[in-house]
Amino acid sequence: MTVHCNAPPHGRGWHSTARRDSAPGPAGASAPDAVAAASTQPTGLRRSRAHAWFVAGFLLLLGGSLHAEPQILASQPPTTEPAMTTTGFTIVAQADPYASDFFDPSLLDAGAEARETETAEADDDLLDEAAYEALEEAAPDVDLLIQRLPEGNFNDRRAVAEELAATGDPRVPVVLGALLEGRLLATAEDPPRILIRAETGRAGRDALTGEPVDADLIASGRRIPVHNPLRNALRSLIAVSTLSAPDPERRATSLRRLMRDDVSPDLLEYLDDRVELEDDPRVMDLLLTVRALARLNVDDAQVRLESVELLRGSLLSEVRVRLEATANRDDDPEVRAAAREALDSIEARIRFFRFTENLFFGLSAGSVLLLAAIGLAITFGVMGVINMAHGELIMIGAYTTWFIQTLMPGALSTSILLAIPAAFVVAGLVGIAMERGVIQFLYGRPLETLLATFGISLILQQAVRTLFSPLNRPVQSPDWLSGTLQVNPVLALTWSRIYIFIFAIMVFVALLLVMKKTSLGLKVRAVAQNRPMARALGVRTGWVDALTFGLGAGIAGVAGVALSQLTNVGPNMGQAYIIDSFMVVVFGGVGNLWGTFVGALGLGMMTKFLEPHTGAVLAKILVLIFIILFIQRRPRGLFPKKGRAAEA
Amino acid sequence: MLTRRLFLSDWGGITVLVLLLAMVVAVPYANLVLPPESPWHLSTYWVALLGKFLAFALLALAIDLIWGYAGILSLGHGAFFGLGGYAMGMYLTRQIGDRGVYGHPELPDFMVFLSYESLPWFWWGFDMFWFAMLMVVLVPGLLALVFGWLAFRSRVTGVYFAIITQALVFALMLAFFRNEMGFGGNNGLTDFKDILGFSVQARETRVALFVISALTLIAAYVAARYIVTSRFGRVLIAVRDAESRTRFAGYRVEHYKLWLFVFSAMLAGIAGALYVPQVGIINPGEFSPLRSIEAVLWVAVGGRGSLFGAIIGAFAVNGAKTWFTAAYPQVWLFFLGALFVLVTVFLPRGLVGIFRRRRTEGGA
Repeated sequence: MTVHCNAPPHGRGWHSTARRDSAPGPAGASAPDAVAAASTQPTGLRRSRAHAWFVAGFLLLLGGSLHAEPQILASQPPTTEPAMTTTGFTIVAQADPYASDFFDPSLLDAGAEARETETAEADDDLLDEAAYEALEEAAPDVDLLIQRLPEGNFNDRRAVAEELAATGDPRVPVVLGALLEGRLLATAEDPPRILIRAETGRAGRDALTGEPVDADLIASGRRIPVHNPLRNALRSLIAVSTLSAPDPERRATSLRRLMRDDVSPDLLEYLDDRVELEDDPRVMDLLLTVRALARLNVDDAQVRLESVELLRGSLLSEVRVRLEATANRDDDPEVRAAAREALDSIEARIRFFRFTENLFFGLSAGSVLLLAAIGLAITFGVMGVINMAHGELIMIGAYTTWFIQTLMPGALSTSILLAIPAAFVVAGLVGIAMERGVIQFLYGRPLETLLATFGISLILQQAVRTLFSPLNRPVQSPDWLSGTLQVNPVLALTWSRIYIFIFAIMVFVALLLVMKKTSLGLKVRAVAQNRPMARALGVRTGWVDALTFGLGAGIAGVAGVALSQLTNVGPNMGQAYIIDSFMVVVFGGVGNLWGTFVGALGLGMMTKFLEPHTGAVLAKILVLIFIILFIQRRPRGLFPKKGRAAEA
Repeated sequence: MLTRRLFLSDWGGITVLVLLLAMVVAVPYANLVLPPESPWHLSTYWVALLGKFLAFALLALAIDLIWGYAGILSLGHGAFFGLGGYAMGMYLTRQIGDRGVYGHPELPDFMVFLSYESLPWFWWGFDMFWFAMLMVVLVPGLLALVFGWLAFRSRVTGVYFAIITQALVFALMLAFFRNEMGFGGNNGLTDFKDILGFSVQARETRVALFVISALTLIAAYVAARYIVTSRFGRVLIAVRDAESRTRFAGYRVEHYKLWLFVFSAMLAGIAGALYVPQVGIINPGEFSPLRSIEAVLWVAVGGRGSLFGAIIGAFAVNGAKTWFTAAYPQVWLFFLGALFVLVTVFLPRGLVGIFRRRRTEGGA
């Protein structure tokens, strides 16, 4: 078994990874819920009318990515964003480039768990000292309440905690948090001093003032006992009390937490107050949702009905769970019917967004294919040279990115931008060397060219392996390239993929301009059409060949820069792209840049729309079979060259 | 008369055949009869290695037949090799019986592991040797028939054909990696015990397999020679050199190509079947495009279009590979890559071409 030893947890199934990312943000931390929700998605709409929707979806997506107001931007740290790997149409290169295709979902689960703990820790940071700094004036009644915490039994304590939560005092979440974790201590004095033991070490601080106290005093304190029902109540109360935090991000976080636990109607009054006070529109949205959820539990059927109406606009998975429950169990048939209807409308919208998501994945996969294949469209399409080392030129571009990044560790963004021309030059020079050194002796013998360039690809791979290491090189992404654009709870778009899509289009347009508008492009086309005639007219064909090949190779290098942001950078990464690239060029029609464009996006789309039904591997196989059959029907691709040149 | 047709002016072929026959006699003698102390003793490791080379040579022969004589470059012959190998592997797996790790009387270990209830339908019959041998030939042949019919009918030629054969073998590899396929997934089939009641590991079995491989190779060579010296073969060469002209002359080019392709695929399947018991494992790695393209290199190194050159090339490249990967594993890919480049640029007719050029001045 060589499969999993090198495969990263996100080796293959980035589709499902992305689905997880569409869970309502890190604070929701409800990856299992989100997955459950994702897996219960009906898939009807996605299946249908893919092509009819193509144009509409494309426009919508462009518009969406430009105008969509990100709801609550996930404050996810970049490190927890799994480095998504590339399209379903390519194979992630590992020690065995083909074996790693087999992705183990359990690894992903482990990752999700890790992330969940991480976010839980982040929540603890919420309850930090800033609470005491935010305390502007003394609040003696709150002090008194805190001092009453040790008294009585668990129920008394709960009552006090509820009162505390309703005060909106900034210290309350800290105190209740400490109580929850058994770190809240009381001394034997009367009134008792309430102390908070630090999470680690023996030090602590005063719960009322926040001042540090010495370890002896902490040691003398008695732990205020809690039991599980109280703990559960405390969790919600802490969330409620954080609702008054000055930072909107925290308010949103605690609202999401509230949403996850069942919101008790007892909190309604408090939520009403918050609705009055809330000034942040995005938090307001959540707040109204939470209030509506709470109102689902009240006795008045009319209120419940109104809540259902309000909730039908929400896409959050918690809301769907609650609506499902209401639809099944509510006492009032009218409410049940309304909830069912609301659910249906939500499902329809989710299906639409899932479709949009697939469209985005498809475009993204297509843009990766386009980047990988576009250099080949020049060398193979225009010159007719089968360059099996094309994937290795991509690899060289990716290694250039890595190399520049290690040279200038501080400036990630600059290094990426710098890597684009650098990779073009490096890969282009390697390409020119290949052309002058080997390929020029093999014109007119395509099969031999194929074998020779394959040999070059082996040499380049082994050279990289010997020079650097057989292991993958880590390439970092700047902030603006990582993270996701959370359009809404069910639709999250990865920034890197959005940029790469734009980048692919830019490269394509640039290449198109070079071919159509520059004198080099003119000469290239002249040589491609009729070599002897071009030479007779004074074109230095050898020189043009070298430059053309260099151009194709350079573009492969540029593709490598982009792909280094998506996949692992290793000696085998090139192999992953070579077959796909050829498929794209052959499918699109040799010698036609637009054919490559349509071919790449079409194949990317096809793969991604098949994937939810068949799984990644089968989708890829089906696409390959499709291409094989397609070539039978149209041996010259989608857009064949016309005229005499076609018989070259 | 026939002998004359087959071997006239095929001195290289005769030499290779004589060498092969010599091996058939010498290898068993050196392994079984000579005592281990003797300097001429050949260890069982070497017997298995040479047997493996023979299987590779058969694959190279199959490729040379279509590439050298009909101009069809298949970068996916590993597909047929692998399918033949899998057919053999399935027979060997069924022969394990209840001696697997789980001791299930019917199901192979991996099926027990994946909690299969019963054998999938496509495993039916593979406990019978004759059936498995039939499949070794039929499955690759059938795939080649369908694939070739589709491809040649639409006049997919040259580079396009090369690339779609590569896609074919790539798709097969992906498919066989899937556990759901019921062929052992990533691990493939291994841990074989018996073949026709003889232990696979035994020295005598290995020698017997070697002899069978050598004899099969000789037979395949003669058959290939028979084809290329026949009228059929001459049409093939015409197709290779001027496909359109041959078509205009009234020949159904695609039929000629198709039958040769099917025959070649069957040879490759047999090569795979010979390979598996000697190596002891078959896994989806055999379908990797690199393996197929390497096999094309054997032919290119030996000399395309001479049949015996393919055999020489397979031995030369694989011998070098065995030596390099043991002695200088870092250097092997450099060497292989350089070999690709140098052979295509400087030795378009391969090793055989060095001698041929002297013998027939400028003759194609």
